[in-house]
Amino acid sequence: MSQATKVLFVQMKAFVAKEFHHVFRDRKSLLLLFGLPIAQILLFGFALSNEIKNTKIGVFNQASDSESLRLIERVEASQYFEVSEILKNAQEMEDIFRAGKAKLILIIPPGFGQDLVHADSPGADLQIIADGSDPNSAYTVTSYLQNIILDFQKGLNPAEIQQRDYGLVTELRMLYNPQLKGAPNFVPGVMSLVLLLICVMMTSISIVREKELGTMEILLVSPFEPLLVILSKAIPYLILSLINLTLILILSVFLLEMPIHGNLLLLFAVSTVYIITCLSLGLLISTVTQSQQAAMLISLMGMMLPTMLFTGFMFPIENMPLPLQIISHLVPARYYYIIVKAIMIKGLGIAAIWKETLVLAGMAMLLLLISWRNFKIRLE
Amino acid sequence: MTSDITIKTLRLSKAYGHFKAVDQISFEVYAGEIFGFLGANGAGKTTAMRMLCGLLEPSSGEASVAGFDVYRRPEAIKKRIGYMSQKFSLYEDLTILENIRFFGGIYGLTYAQIREKGKLLTAELGLEAQAHSLVGSLPLGWKQKLAFSVAVLHDPKIVFLDEPTGGVDPITRRQFWDLIYAAAARGVTIFVTTHYMDEAEYCDRVSIMVDGRMVAMNSPEQLKLQYKAGSMEEVFYQLARKAQRSD
Repeated sequence: MSQATKVLFVQMKAFVAKEFHHVFRDRKSLLLLFGLPIAQILLFGFALSNEIKNTKIGVFNQASDSESLRLIERVEASQYFEVSEILKNAQEMEDIFRAGKAKLILIIPPGFGQDLVHADSPGADLQIIADGSDPNSAYTVTSYLQNIILDFQKGLNPAEIQQRDYGLVTELRMLYNPQLKGAPNFVPGVMSLVLLLICVMMTSISIVREKELGTMEILLVSPFEPLLVILSKAIPYLILSLINLTLILILSVFLLEMPIHGNLLLLFAVSTVYIITCLSLGLLISTVTQSQQAAMLISLMGMMLPTMLFTGFMFPIENMPLPLQIISHLVPARYYYIIVKAIMIKGLGIAAIWKETLVLAGMAMLLLLISWRNFKIRLE
Repeated sequence: MTSDITIKTLRLSKAYGHFKAVDQISFEVYAGEIFGFLGANGAGKTTAMRMLCGLLEPSSGEASVAGFDVYRRPEAIKKRIGYMSQKFSLYEDLTILENIRFFGGIYGLTYAQIREKGKLLTAELGLEAQAHSLVGSLPLGWKQKLAFSVAVLHDPKIVFLDEPTGGVDPITRRQFWDLIYAAAARGVTIFVTTHYMDEAEYCDRVSIMVDGRMVAMNSPEQLKLQYKAGSMEEVFYQLARKAQRSD
């Protein structure tokens, strides 16, 4: 190692150590760094699945025969429903909905078992009554219930099904596949959002803080190269972001039972590219702002909203008007979202995602170049 | 060889459009002297100092610091100067030793040097007990003294101090100047801007800037004689009241 490289190494090490001190001394940034991903994952994870998982259902069983009891058992055994009310008469129905004690009521008419089993009956009827005040969730839970009833029907003696039409009235059109949980949709979305927010916000704030405090001047008077200032600022946040990514993945796999079908190493490699893109964006913001508040505001408003809108995990991009679709191509998270879905859910390799990765890398280069130029100009 | 002269400027100027922040100043600073750089707010002191430190590119004129040209060799200058800005220049959320390690590090000192300097410095300031406490928890006067000691950590040839004693009580200011004298005795050139005219008296030579121009430069004694004044305060007042601009 030459003398110059040795000095460079010492300089960089001193700088990176200092940055870590800053992060770990500041409770707010620590909370942001590790609280945000955990909160997002938990929020998205359970907000999206809780309602579907333990929907309260009332049962008005007028048949009380073995078939009807088996059906109720079946409903209760599923993780989607919890039988909360057993009705004794039809009048109770209104009160239950008004009090919000159940979202659905399943009515089993008298003679259900008879109608189901006997060859000469035209078929068994069931009635589902849903609380339509929240149409979306009513529709979803109704579909779930119908699916369970369909399963119940199939579970009856299969040989008899061939011969007889039971005529259980069920709608087969599934709007929501219960096997496809919410997690695969939003985990990649949360990953792209959280990494972006953290990288952009933390780097931009950390640089602008030095400007605000006046320590930036001291750094610029020192023999430490401006380019190295930028680089040394980015390294700690790159490391912290990778730790964060690991945290998100662990939470997704163990808490949300989301599988990772593809290559983990590839996922980390491509994530590093995305993180570098985000860090460059943060650096750019820091070169055009003078106060921590401004940097925070631009990072939050300028990044969060476009990312949520144009990534495709909340609103499908294909349905947007053309100008917005074009704008969406400028959002780095869009590409990362596609990449993560491809690797985690579809289990695809580099062949499927090289284009998106290249776009991200190109963006990073461009952003770094602009921020480096801006940073130099600020010196003079 | 310009063995004696460490800073030399010739018609050094900085203009922002039509506004001449610094207007053709020429002066020389000798090695090991304490050079006071005086002027009212907005006179152009900080701008001039920033040009010498390589923070700002001059519009015209010549300047060399520690024997290096400010246009061509700013990186060589940066290695040989120390700088303490108006704003507090250490990291408050780092401990004293961490600050020393950081600044020692970016100035390219070895670990052994940093350790040794760290011990020496804390002993000199009587801060051994506080070495591991956050700088933010120290009283302002101690912070300033610490900032100065850190600014000369890498044994610079010249140290630039931009109003280093702002907001500090007279006793601490006096102690601060003891540090300056000690550094000057080691051969460090001190280039200091200040508001306080009693501090001007401590300098070997002072220059006074008014409206971007340098209107006087001499030892405090000579200036007092020249302007028939009892103190630097009076000298400064006579010169500065002609100023056209303020902040």
